[in-house]
Amino acid sequence: MVWNKEAECMEKKEKEKLQLKLLKETVQKAYENVPFYKKRFDKLKIKVEDIKSLKDIEKLPFTTKTDLRDAYPFGMFAVPDDDIVEIHTSSGTTGKPTVSGYTEKDIEIWSEVSARSITMALGTKGDKIQNCYGYGLFTGGLGIHYGSHKLGATVIPISAGNTKRQVEVMKDFQSTILTCTPSYALYLAEVLEKEGLTPEEISLKSGIFGAEMWTEEMREELEKRLGIVALNIYGLTEIIGPGVAQECTAKTGLHISDDHFYPEVIDTKTHEPLKEGEKGELVLTTLTREGMPIIRFRTKDITALRKGKCECGRTLVRMNRITGRSDDMLKIRGVMVFPSQIERALLKIDDLSPNYQIVVTRPKHLDELEIRVEASANLFSDEMKQIEESETKIANIIHKEIGLRVNVSLAEPETLPRSEGKAVRVLDLRKFD
Amino acid sequence: MEIKQISVFIENKKGRLKKAIDTLSKAEINIRALSIADHTKFGILRLIVSDNEKAKNAFQKNSFVVKENDVIVVEIPDKPNGLNSVLTILDDENINVEYLYAFVGKTDEAIVVMRLKNIEEGIKALKSKNANLLTRTYIDNL
Repeated sequence: MVWNKEAECMEKKEKEKLQLKLLKETVQKAYENVPFYKKRFDKLKIKVEDIKSLKDIEKLPFTTKTDLRDAYPFGMFAVPDDDIVEIHTSSGTTGKPTVSGYTEKDIEIWSEVSARSITMALGTKGDKIQNCYGYGLFTGGLGIHYGSHKLGATVIPISAGNTKRQVEVMKDFQSTILTCTPSYALYLAEVLEKEGLTPEEISLKSGIFGAEMWTEEMREELEKRLGIVALNIYGLTEIIGPGVAQECTAKTGLHISDDHFYPEVIDTKTHEPLKEGEKGELVLTTLTREGMPIIRFRTKDITALRKGKCECGRTLVRMNRITGRSDDMLKIRGVMVFPSQIERALLKIDDLSPNYQIVVTRPKHLDELEIRVEASANLFSDEMKQIEESETKIANIIHKEIGLRVNVSLAEPETLPRSEGKAVRVLDLRKFD
Repeated sequence: MEIKQISVFIENKKGRLKKAIDTLSKAEINIRALSIADHTKFGILRLIVSDNEKAKNAFQKNSFVVKENDVIVVEIPDKPNGLNSVLTILDDENINVEYLYAFVGKTDEAIVVMRLKNIEEGIKALKSKNANLLTRTYIDNL
């Protein structure tokens, strides 16, 4: 099933014509209504008329997360505040988040692309969608919610957490589609098994999993243990939210709704555009957003694009599953964490050596964060309980900063790798490739 | 009557305990008493040594974290109820023992190192009951 055949199966020529028309409109709107873009274009002497072909997008400057943060809260909005009907923010836990503002039409677009996503994951009007993405400022919950409404399916807005209730609802309401992070899905599978429920006894047929990186092995495991088809969804608040791209059951990449979001992949060092199939950083330009048009947003997510018709019939360009980041951001249980945040937290503690190491593991498919810090005379004691207290104190300070529970462990002085860049600071032992 | 004990942080990694003991031996320091408290990821090596300053410097030079603190050392009869008699004194005065470890000296007596929550009150209580608190000089001659 294809939700919007006309848009999703459009011929190449027609698509490119549409994209060019929309790109010109977006650049015009951004230039006229967002001072940030006007200033930047003027500085680079770029005129709207310079965009004559899709390739001309390469003349435009990138937009980074820092740009969006600097525009906090509403500096990127292209419409008067009263035309904004909804606001979301990125999942960053500290500092200024990035804000996304939606007009009524933007919500309509979001509903549309989300409905496409759910349809790609076997969703129809008759489905019951157990939506365990968080509701609130995070885009996950409401994005799926709007798509489900658009589709006419039944959404169960249970939001994240309360696993016992999730299981009960899944059983009693006979949910057919599960939407959450892959690691939470695996945790749910474990709980179901503990309760003695087999895949045959629950009604799930598919899962729409995203907000963190995962692997083929994890897909196999989820499919086996839950008796479902497990599919990948991709999206980001800066662009719109979940639904930017979604895998169909062919599992040959995630279809980007490229009539709304124009994708490019660039070399992370030279920033030069890469050819189809080459791995690099995904850059997205919104083609239809009113509230907040974004030009060439550097997602920092590593992927490659694949054009051509998919066996499902869609011609929407496909992107590979995300295999990494071009910056040092870590996604831990769906939450963005930058090593700098941990460093900031550690600096609040007196007499702590500034040397630390972040070790990320995924035992049993749930992310664990261990922060290793060097023991100092201040942290060390001849008494075990005092050392444990020190570790807990540090863990609490980090928890306040990043919003996640971490394990802190002490290392002997001068044994942690010295500051030579991000690579040594972070030891990510999870496997995504 | 307080005796200085030194503690060293030892990561639970191959060769670390050996390295700590090597450090002492190279500095020609004699270990009078020793105990290790172990945790999953690290251990605390507690020592009473012949020369604290020298030991501390040697450890610090070799990048160990060292702490010095006061403990008491009590000689108790090496027979049933020996340790209990000393603990009873502390218990009666509500003085908490954080940890203790024992070793045997050259005499027939057993020697117990104790870390007390309130060391001054502990010493007072033990002295009043004529417990045999050892002095630094006595320990050095063991």
